Amino acid sequence: MRFLSPSTLQEALEAKAEHPGAVPITGGTDVMVELNFDKHRPEVLLDLTRIPELTHWETTDDGHTRLGAAVPYTRVIAELPTLAPALAKASRTVASPQIRNRGTVGGNLGGASPAGDTHPPLLATDATIELASTRGRRRVKARDFYLSFRTTARQDDELITAILLPTPTGPQHFAKIGTRNAMVIAVTSFALALNGRDRTVGTGIGSAGPTPLRAEAAEDFLTHEIDWDAPGLLPETTVRRFGELVAAAARPIDDQRGSAAYRRHALSVMARRTLTWSITDYRKETAPCA
Amino acid sequence: MPATTRTVTDLTSTTKDGIGASPLRPDGTLKVTGEFAYSSDMWMEDMLWGATLRSPHPHAEILSIDITEALKVPGVEAVLTHEDVPGAKRYGLEFEDQPVLAYGKVRYKGEPVAIVAADHPETARRAMERVRVDYRVLEPITDSRRAAMDPQCPLVHEPGTIPDHPEYNQRGNRLRHQPIRTGDFTTGDPDAALEALRARADVIVADAYEVGMQDQAFLGPESGMAVPAEDGGVDLYVATQWLHVDQRQIAPALDLPQDKVRITLAGVGGAFGAREDLSMQIHACMLALHTRKPVKIVYNREESFYGHVHRHPAKMRYEHGALADGTLLYATAEVIVDGGAYASATPAVVGVASSLGLGPYEIPHARVDAYGVYTNNPPCGAMRGFGAVQACFAYESQMDRLADALGMHPVDLRVKNSMAQGSRIITGQEIDMPLPMADMLRQARDLPLPPDREDLPDPADSRTLPGGVAGTTRGEGVVRGIGYGVGLKNLCFSEGFDDYSTARVRLEVAGGEPVVLVHTAAAEVGQGLVTVKGQIARTELGVEKVVIAPADTGVGSAGSSSASRQSYMTGGAVRTACHAVRDEVYALARGRGHIPEGVGDDDLTLTGGKIVSRARGALVSLADLLDDGTVVEETREYHHRPTEMLDPTLGQGSSHTQFGMCVHRAVVDVDVELGLVKVIALDAVQDVGKILHPLQLIGQIQGGSTQGLGLALMEEIQVGDGQIRNPSFTDYLIPTILDTPPMRIEVLEHPDPHSPYGLRGAGEPPTLSSTPAVVAAVRAATGRALTHAPVRPEDIVGIPL
Repeated sequence: MRFLSPSTLQEALEAKAEHPGAVPITGGTDVMVELNFDKHRPEVLLDLTRIPELTHWETTDDGHTRLGAAVPYTRVIAELPTLAPALAKASRTVASPQIRNRGTVGGNLGGASPAGDTHPPLLATDATIELASTRGRRRVKARDFYLSFRTTARQDDELITAILLPTPTGPQHFAKIGTRNAMVIAVTSFALALNGRDRTVGTGIGSAGPTPLRAEAAEDFLTHEIDWDAPGLLPETTVRRFGELVAAAARPIDDQRGSAAYRRHALSVMARRTLTWSITDYRKETAPCA
Repeated sequence: MPATTRTVTDLTSTTKDGIGASPLRPDGTLKVTGEFAYSSDMWMEDMLWGATLRSPHPHAEILSIDITEALKVPGVEAVLTHEDVPGAKRYGLEFEDQPVLAYGKVRYKGEPVAIVAADHPETARRAMERVRVDYRVLEPITDSRRAAMDPQCPLVHEPGTIPDHPEYNQRGNRLRHQPIRTGDFTTGDPDAALEALRARADVIVADAYEVGMQDQAFLGPESGMAVPAEDGGVDLYVATQWLHVDQRQIAPALDLPQDKVRITLAGVGGAFGAREDLSMQIHACMLALHTRKPVKIVYNREESFYGHVHRHPAKMRYEHGALADGTLLYATAEVIVDGGAYASATPAVVGVASSLGLGPYEIPHARVDAYGVYTNNPPCGAMRGFGAVQACFAYESQMDRLADALGMHPVDLRVKNSMAQGSRIITGQEIDMPLPMADMLRQARDLPLPPDREDLPDPADSRTLPGGVAGTTRGEGVVRGIGYGVGLKNLCFSEGFDDYSTARVRLEVAGGEPVVLVHTAAAEVGQGLVTVKGQIARTELGVEKVVIAPADTGVGSAGSSSASRQSYMTGGAVRTACHAVRDEVYALARGRGHIPEGVGDDDLTLTGGKIVSRARGALVSLADLLDDGTVVEETREYHHRPTEMLDPTLGQGSSHTQFGMCVHRAVVDVDVELGLVKVIALDAVQDVGKILHPLQLIGQIQGGSTQGLGLALMEEIQVGDGQIRNPSFTDYLIPTILDTPPMRIEVLEHPDPHSPYGLRGAGEPPTLSSTPAVVAAVRAATGRALTHAPVRPEDIVGIPL
């Protein structure tokens, strides 16, 4: 196995072009586990930790936060609770403090496990993934990124360089089920974002299908149920219907972490609760100043 | 040992603290600074790495094994199969039924089939991939109830291949069936007796219960190093629980006399019963003797799940009948424990599950049948609580159900039927030591409760809520519940087993100060025995500097570090040897004229490094007395009082050495809509007879309580068709610190007149009672029956599994 450690993005892209099978590594919290379990023996490991561009974030002129792919979760939690609330909340649920110090959103996207904690917030908030290669840069919506089980829109010669997070214009929530109270892979998870400017609703479902999923019917339903100008508490039937639509969008299986029936049930409960919290928050945000 | 990485060394510490104090562990600093050498850290310049090829099938015939291609891999120095086992092809703790390497058949997934030694672990792995094994896959026998009850069930072991133990009522796949009958069940027609008792009972409760397969989840994987010796023997450095029982099993397989298999304890990263059986020991020795080089084997985590025994999963049916005032009239129990493919400790587990099957309650008429069976599931054996854990979950669940049916407080029902000193358990054995059960229950009930949620500084702080920072609730769906549990555990080995311990104690003067060396073969597995041995030596010999020699087979057996027995047994042996040394010191001093006429040994103590007369004060210092290089050394064995086998028809007999008890009160918050649980408090009352080391004792009780909490809420090896579905710490969950609540622990000291210092083994009792207490609390919050441990989210929200 060769270990390449480029110090500039250009060198990294050239290495990736030359070795399309190279596995990028930043925190190593997924990649090293796979290597240790002998699930993969890549010819080349491509270390991205020395590339400055990947390890910082900034706000852009067009109203986004541009998050470098190799920024660790610990910094997302500490530095982006306002600019990316759902992603920060999801990052807080990743593994243990040591792993949050190492693991990155880019790594979560590269592995593309349906149980990855950051996918539901990226779907719900309509984030964009920036991909780069020696051929140039391109942007793919998170909503178009996950193609099938552990397969994404990223081409073999591309690296994930950044995630573009729209500046929030409404409440965002994330909830995750684990059978213990910390350090657990999601049994299932759910993210909800209300976008007050566009008057849209975003959802994301984790660990309940071959890829991270959206509940599009639930989004459409809710978009029309909310009175965006003067939001009131939603009737119980609306909240319940939203939960049902979220559960219906899931495509879960029975496995060692939980049953399909439980996953659907838990998604409906999390959908109802996050909706209630979001409406409460949104009413506060839109209330006229006293 | 010419190792680059330090393996095992003396542990020296100097302190005044004897028993009752909390001196630092002599290995504590090394462990917390990461310098302690665990067995997997050992390394030698010229060593080889061993690896194990395992069966991918739970049940299959082996048609052929071809090692030709494996041997061609550069760097491979040996590939061995059952044909290369020098001596006995089978071994075992109780029955010699387990092949060193499979021949003829494999009986569980993960069974070792071939072993490889190579210059690098990667080389060994590649060679293993090139061993060709042709299997004819057979239908696995995986239903323990069918294995126990169905005479048509195919056999896991061919007839005539298993040692015959008529006292165990063996039949078909039954390894042991132990019946127990008392009262009206001893005579006449048992079914008629049951009907008559049912007619007399005012309330009857009955249900079926299950306990899943729990893993010991030690962090240090199975590992060790075998070094071939000049004399044709082998030196083995290994993390184990009982050096001499390893030696007894290894030597025949190698066709060596016992004294040519010398074993030294390497650093042990947890045990909890899982190291009582052999894992890599014989394999490493075979490879070392074959290659004439040191061979190290370290299992990886997934392999470890296949490489050690687990807690027996149990299927149980219970029925209790009581009078309207709560007085228990009768109880019946059927307990089936799944031993998996090989016996391991299953017969002894059945002995405990039967004799303690109804717990610490006065029940005039009892009918218990406990079965241990062979299946093609992973082998099960010793784990903290050893058969008593499974039964305790069932009988405590029954007591709660009965209290509910009678409209009584669960503590009141338990108090009403509680045993005490002088009671007889269902085997007829008298509890001839203090057992203040009723007081302990009341004390647990009356402990202060944690604050209600609305009284917390921030009731919506996610860290205090079920689900934690995963943010699933801000209080929605959260209901509090309280539950109780009590368990009775046998301590030390039972049923006629003379599990003695041996200690060698040496007193001498070095550098002008007296030094005591304590040498035993007792395994330090994390419990702190190295501390306690030093404390006993200090208390008995009045010195400050104590050296704990590495545990090895150079001294007699210490028995196993299990059954909560080492403070009792090895503590007893160290104390006895210290007394012999003390007597020798007095005789020496007397011979040298330091002790005046008329001053008897009874008037003397060893205190502060001196022989002190109660009447006349200090007589001579040990430094002066032994200044000429005199060494006083004594070796002593310590035996507990003898016990009896249970008789095979009525299950009567004084089978146990000592009894221990813990009472738990659990307080939980349950998200009843999501099925998630946060344990808010897990408080305990335990009688330990005598506290030797307060801090270590609390650690034992906290650890045992947490292991029981794990069994209540999350710990289960999921087995389907003989395959483990979650062989990793990603999917086999054990409690984290955020799952572990504050624990108020009240320790009582009612001395046992039969034991050293009056102590009682303390490690296991909390593991029994915490599981039913936590589950009872979840029941109280949810109103659901919850008959399976661990409770799964599906069970709470009502989704069938």
